Amino acid sequence: MSSATTPPDSDPAQRRRVHSMLKLYYGLNEEGKATEQAESLDPCDINGPHFDPEIYLNKLRKECSLTELMDHESCMVKQIRSLDSDMQTLVYENYNKFISATDTIRKMKNDFKKMEDEMDCLSANMAAITEFSARISGTLQDQHAQITKLSGVHTLLRKLQFLFELPARLNKCLELQAYAQAVSSHRRARCVLQQYSHMPSFRGIQDDCHVIMEQLAQQLRQKFRDGGSSAKDLSECVELLLQLDEPAEELCDKFLSHAQSRLEADLQGLEAELKDSAVTDTGAGSVQKTSPGSNPVSPSSSVSNPFLSPAAGTDILEFIDRGCNEFVSNLCLVIASYQELFINRPQESELASKNIPEMANGKLHVFVDTLAARYFSLVERRIQEEKGVGDNSLLVRALDRFHRRLQAISKLLPGSAVPSQGTEIVVRAARERIKQYLSALQTFYHDSLTDVRQALAAPRLSVGGASASGGGALVGGASSKDAPPSLPELLTSLSNFILNQLKSVLASVHLFTAKDITFSNKPYFKGEFCSQGVREGLVVSFIKFICQSSRQYCESAGDRGGSTPPALLLLLSRLCLDYETSTISYILTLTDEQFLVQHHTPVTPVTALCAEAREAAQKLLNHYVKVQGLIISQMLRKSVETRDWVNTIEPRNVRAVMKRVVEDTTSIDVQVGLLYEEGVRKAHSSDSSKRTFSVYSSSRQQIRYAPSYTPSAPMDTNLLSNIHKLFSERIDIFSPVEFNKVSVLTGIIKISLKTFLECVRLRTFGRYGLQQIQVDCHYLQMYLWRFVSDENLVHFLLDEIVGSAAHRCLDPSPMEQSVIEVICERG
Amino acid sequence: MEDDAPVIYGLEFQARALTAQTAETDAIRFLVGTQSLKFDNQIHIIDFDDENNMINKSVLLHDAGEIWHISGSPADKAVLTTCYNKTSESRVLTCAAVWRMPPEWESGSHESPDDSSNNPQTLELLCHLDNSAHGSMACVLWEPMGDGKRVISLAENHVLLWDLQESSAKATISSSATLEGKGQLKFTAGKWSPHHNCTQLATANDTAIRGWDLRSMSQIYCIENAHGQLVRDLDFNPNKQYYLASCGDDCKVKFWDVRHISEPVKCLEEHSHWVWSVRYNHSHDQLLLTASSDSRVILSNMVSISSEPFGHLVDDDDLSDPEENQQEAKGKEPLQDSIISTYEEHEDSVYAVEWSAADPWLFASLSYDGRLVINRVPRALKYRILL
Repeated sequence: MSSATTPPDSDPAQRRRVHSMLKLYYGLNEEGKATEQAESLDPCDINGPHFDPEIYLNKLRKECSLTELMDHESCMVKQIRSLDSDMQTLVYENYNKFISATDTIRKMKNDFKKMEDEMDCLSANMAAITEFSARISGTLQDQHAQITKLSGVHTLLRKLQFLFELPARLNKCLELQAYAQAVSSHRRARCVLQQYSHMPSFRGIQDDCHVIMEQLAQQLRQKFRDGGSSAKDLSECVELLLQLDEPAEELCDKFLSHAQSRLEADLQGLEAELKDSAVTDTGAGSVQKTSPGSNPVSPSSSVSNPFLSPAAGTDILEFIDRGCNEFVSNLCLVIASYQELFINRPQESELASKNIPEMANGKLHVFVDTLAARYFSLVERRIQEEKGVGDNSLLVRALDRFHRRLQAISKLLPGSAVPSQGTEIVVRAARERIKQYLSALQTFYHDSLTDVRQALAAPRLSVGGASASGGGALVGGASSKDAPPSLPELLTSLSNFILNQLKSVLASVHLFTAKDITFSNKPYFKGEFCSQGVREGLVVSFIKFICQSSRQYCESAGDRGGSTPPALLLLLSRLCLDYETSTISYILTLTDEQFLVQHHTPVTPVTALCAEAREAAQKLLNHYVKVQGLIISQMLRKSVETRDWVNTIEPRNVRAVMKRVVEDTTSIDVQVGLLYEEGVRKAHSSDSSKRTFSVYSSSRQQIRYAPSYTPSAPMDTNLLSNIHKLFSERIDIFSPVEFNKVSVLTGIIKISLKTFLECVRLRTFGRYGLQQIQVDCHYLQMYLWRFVSDENLVHFLLDEIVGSAAHRCLDPSPMEQSVIEVICERG
Repeated sequence: MEDDAPVIYGLEFQARALTAQTAETDAIRFLVGTQSLKFDNQIHIIDFDDENNMINKSVLLHDAGEIWHISGSPADKAVLTTCYNKTSESRVLTCAAVWRMPPEWESGSHESPDDSSNNPQTLELLCHLDNSAHGSMACVLWEPMGDGKRVISLAENHVLLWDLQESSAKATISSSATLEGKGQLKFTAGKWSPHHNCTQLATANDTAIRGWDLRSMSQIYCIENAHGQLVRDLDFNPNKQYYLASCGDDCKVKFWDVRHISEPVKCLEEHSHWVWSVRYNHSHDQLLLTASSDSRVILSNMVSISSEPFGHLVDDDDLSDPEENQQEAKGKEPLQDSIISTYEEHEDSVYAVEWSAADPWLFASLSYDGRLVINRVPRALKYRILL
């Protein structure tokens, strides 16, 4: 009795317990009962079923104190009392309910009796109604059957009337040209007529109908044949004819041939335009487009500029537009209506053979292919006419439009090869374009070079003017004073021109891969076009072309030497060198960046191109040295060969040709200095001219060929000269030069002096002849040392010349050194 | 065995003129003419002893003047011609003469070599080729394989054909031709073709090469601008009648087919200065010598244009169609055109190079400082050609 302290009705647990006990009492089984039993096996549980008052009492008595017992007892009493009152309340409530139930049952008994009577009455009435109804339906049955029969006859009559009226109606339709109605009427009647054709009257109708329908079909065919009708009319015609069991194949052919005639008209229009434009193309004079910049080397004037758009009647965009709007859209229309008519129709005309769609489809493909082929050939012809490489955007846009419109066909006609052929045309056009650009670049390059040549040939400040006083002042003098541009200007303008042109070409070509161009995402344009086409076909080829054409200058001009101006060789050499050092990698990087080239196929590496450019530069420079050396050599040779050295007078002056040699060397020095760096010299003293001169004059000269003049000892000369040669390195006369001024000049001077030597050896000298050579060599010695990398080289060669002259002298009595000096100082 | 080592011989004087003794087919013998203005000039007879690798020399005096050109008679080994400078007062003229070596020189030199240098014998003058009317002689050419009766001399712009009579004691001009026109017309070099029954001559003046028919003394072809600069020397391929080699101041050696003169058949550019001399080997025409003033001598193997394609015995059929033959040879040719070797024994410009007349594998080169170098074709190559 743990809950003794709590009020009994406030605790829901208490109440439930009470309920459950009541349920238990009334034998109502509850699911929780088992557990409850299990809980209350304790005999001391006062609420449990196994409660044993004896044990409980004993337990209490044993365990509790008196006061506790007292409390317990009072509590118990209180509980018993409350239980009693509960019990009383319950009994009272149940009693009331029982009494009201008894009342209700009594009342129900009375009501049921009344209801039983009413039900009896109802069933009697219903029986009467059933009887009446049966009687009525029996009387009406006859009439109903008659009515049904009549209505059947009526419909039959209506049908018959329709049949009888059919010929007239068809005629009328024919008159009104309501072909559709006629056909549908006839179709409705056809089966019936067919079925009852054994009866003469029906047969007559059928024949009449046949005649009429034949006529109608004739008319339809006529209409079909007449070209003028619109596509919609046409398709209606076809539909009707199909319904009239016209053979589908024939219809397809007719339809297509009809369409073909119209499309061919379009094509002919295009072709006519093509011819027109071809005529005007050749006839039209070229409209000049201002070329970028107006530099002196600008190839704008007179030279026919390849970068011009053809001033034709219609440009390619217009042409393609026309082609698209007329031909392609018509073609699409034809395809669409054809498909609607023959291919996509539901199988309503079961009569026709099943394979109509396939047959029709096949025909359509052939049709489209042949027409498209013609169209393509026209387009290709037009594209090929697009020779001018001025505005590429027009072509690209035209191609784009062309390509885009063909996509429509691919949507209409999924299996068709047309779009891919179209793509191929675009690809071919792009390839062709690259070739054209390359050749345009090449012509441009040639033209630029021609301009450079002209600029070089133009009368200019005499660079070598007053060279006798030394070259120093001239270096600044020649540049930019006069109208004709100097070498560096020419070089920069030339290289800028080429670069700009290349860039603009790249930009033009880049249009092919622009994002908004439909064909730019084709695999060709993503991969091969960029790497093989643009990079290899255009850029690399152009660079190679430059190198190659430069090399050709060396080879073609090799004989006789004079055809190419030396300055051009020098300029080209520098150009190639610049290409090697920077331009090539710049251009290729630019290309790679612009075109996002992914190299699937092996491409020419930058280093290979650079090597080629360097080789070309080297070859050009070597050639330059040869040519310049040859020019000076020729002067020297003529001067030695044409003079009578035996009978010459005593030297009073340096010969003019030597001054000329020094002048020319100085001007070459200036020229090379404009484009190439100074280079390294070997140990150069500040006052080299004076100092080495004294060495040359006093010690070396005296020692070296003083003994050779004494007739007694011919061996000594050889010995001395051989010993000298043993210790000097062999001189390669025509050896490759380095890319600097000193090396170039050294090469030229070597060639010249060696020629001088060989010529001297072929002559015989008199006394004054030898002295003249002495004077000349001294003069050369005074001025040439400053140009070369190793002045000893000049000394050695000049010594060799004077030595040889002394050997070839009949009366070798050399001139006093001081006299030589005086003569040379006098100039 | 240092068989391939060069043998060097030094002359006291400067020298340009070198020839093999053409008529001598047993001993390897070269003739060298010196150039000295002040001393008596000499002709050195260089005998090379192949077995002992030694040189024997004899000296003959040539007191007429310094020698610019020398050539030996193909018929009589004692007869030779020289072109020499005759210096009179204030005038230098190059003359030509036919000489005979004194009969004793051979025995004399062998018996007492010391004496021979001290008391050199003098050449015996047979006759002068009188050129007073024609100017300086550039060179004298013997009729190849002839009987030593006919020579051609080139003087300024004249071609002179001489008949030597009375055992060379008298020379008369039998016919002559003169080159006329603009520009530099002086002949620099010439060669008498051994083909066509010795009726053809090739000459060089300035940058042009001309062919002459000796029967009519008229020009038969002219290769203008054969070289970029002066043409220095010519030689005929001894086995292919239309093939000709030339060299010049543009450092190049060119090979010509005189039937197609617009383009050279081949062009070599190996020297770094003027090429002064070019010589075909007499029996193996793929071997070619060139001498240059860059002090080098280069031996090249020009297989592709030779008459002796590799691994192919030349028989009659092949000879009839040399073009096809060549192409065939190219197809299976392991030996390419190449430089066999570059000889750098000289210190000065090399003006002359000659194959020996007796030993086809041996040659001599002469540089201006008087150094004569005798070299052999490398043994390996020799065997390769022979076997």
